[in-house]
Amino acid sequence: MKLTLKIWKQQDAHSKGKFVTYSLDSISPNCSFLEMLDILNEQLIRKNEEPVAFDHDCREGICGTCSLYINGRPHGPDDAITTCQLHMRKFKDGDTIIIEPWRAKPFPVVKDLIVDRAAFDKIIQEGGYISVNTGGAAEANQILVSKVNAELSMDAAACIGCGACVAACKNASAMLFVSAKVSHFALLPQGKIEAKDRVKKMVAMMDQLGFGNCTNTYACEAECPKLISRSNIARMNREFICAKVS
Amino acid sequence: MNSSFLHFSSITKKVWMALLGLFLMVFLVVHLGINLCLLRDDGGRWFRDAAHFMGTNYIIKVFEVILFGGFILHVLIGIILQIKNWFSRPVRYKISNKTTTPFLSKYMIYTGAIVLTFLIIHLFNFYFIKYGWVTSPVSPLEGGEPDFAAVARSLFGQPVYSAIYIVLIICLGFHLYHAFQSGFQTLGLDHKTYTPYITGFGIFYSIVIPLGFIIIPIYFLI
Ligand code: FES
Repeated sequence: MKLTLKIWKQQDAHSKGKFVTYSLDSISPNCSFLEMLDILNEQLIRKNEEPVAFDHDCREGICGTCSLYINGRPHGPDDAITTCQLHMRKFKDGDTIIIEPWRAKPFPVVKDLIVDRAAFDKIIQEGGYISVNTGGAAEANQILVSKVNAELSMDAAACIGCGACVAACKNASAMLFVSAKVSHFALLPQGKIEAKDRVKKMVAMMDQLGFGNCTNTYACEAECPKLISRSNIARMNREFICAKVS
Repeated sequence: MNSSFLHFSSITKKVWMALLGLFLMVFLVVHLGINLCLLRDDGGRWFRDAAHFMGTNYIIKVFEVILFGGFILHVLIGIILQIKNWFSRPVRYKISNKTTTPFLSKYMIYTGAIVLTFLIIHLFNFYFIKYGWVTSPVSPLEGGEPDFAAVARSLFGQPVYSAIYIVLIICLGFHLYHAFQSGFQTLGLDHKTYTPYITGFGIFYSIVIPLGFIIIPIYFLI
């Protein structure tokens, strides 16, 4: 495949960025998107040019590190996958591919296509955990959990915190991410104990960090590689209202 | 709890937005009911009686204050939320977003602005006459009460006014199309079985209510 790449290049958060155009030849359709970028970088290094900085780690759709906005969509033109799971067969020979970093005030650009998503960590630190004393593992059936809630909680826990929800949202809202974390715990008996405090603190941090307000356009749900449902947002709203009025 | 209105959490503001929006939707049904009285061939008697009742009943007067307050708050919170949203992405994408989302959901602030413009025009045409802030284009009834049926008839008799009215009501429909289910989602009222019915009712409402309003100018034009 022959490709033209327009890639956002930016030295750091404070400098002005711009698109740089690269041409690539002989790319296999079986190549993954990140492998294609590896090939580009190898060629750039050989030419003594600066490679393109992009985030990645597991390359298996698990860690949520890869984060590219490809031709107007977070994680590219396929549904329910991360950028590392995207393959070049999704593009056509001769295509121009435009790659940008996630754009949101709380996600400043570190370099080129890499953004700092520490904002998500700060939200998690506000309550995305349960407080338990260490000790011997309890009998698994001591606290019963309904099958439905266990499933819903596991679905919410599938969130890998990649930030595609923020990247896709027209308001750069983090509601899907925060609601997944809130739901994950609120659905389980162990998480219920701190549920009220958790939702209030996590929402307060989300607001403080400068994420936008959800307007229920559901772009987050449409682009989530882990298919986190909008119903988590409704659950978080419910949890929040109950926490505030009780 | 934060003291300043601006510092209420995003969800608190949205919950108020949703509650007020749903309240305004109930009001629209009442308003449409009164407007449809114009279609009765009784020289506007039903409409005038309804307008008289709305203008003089004390309970309605209390609701009128709640209604105006609610509307102003709905607009204010909407603007505050939108400004924060614009600031949340100071550097825009160069390629506009290609994610598939319900089309009208992206334009609530714009359809809302159109509805607000419409409301202001509407207040000048009708409501302000009641207080004598605007002079009525038609002579008042015996006893000095404004003849709103005649005002409506004279305005809807003008094709340009009616055409603008119809376009603005369609924009109101666009606003309502997303509003109903969105309000329920914000209030956390999401349910595997009932949410599809809520969405369906929202679509039904957003078509039927504007259609009801549109029938009236068409009736006067033909
Ligand atoms: S690199 Fe880990 S999810 Fe893509």
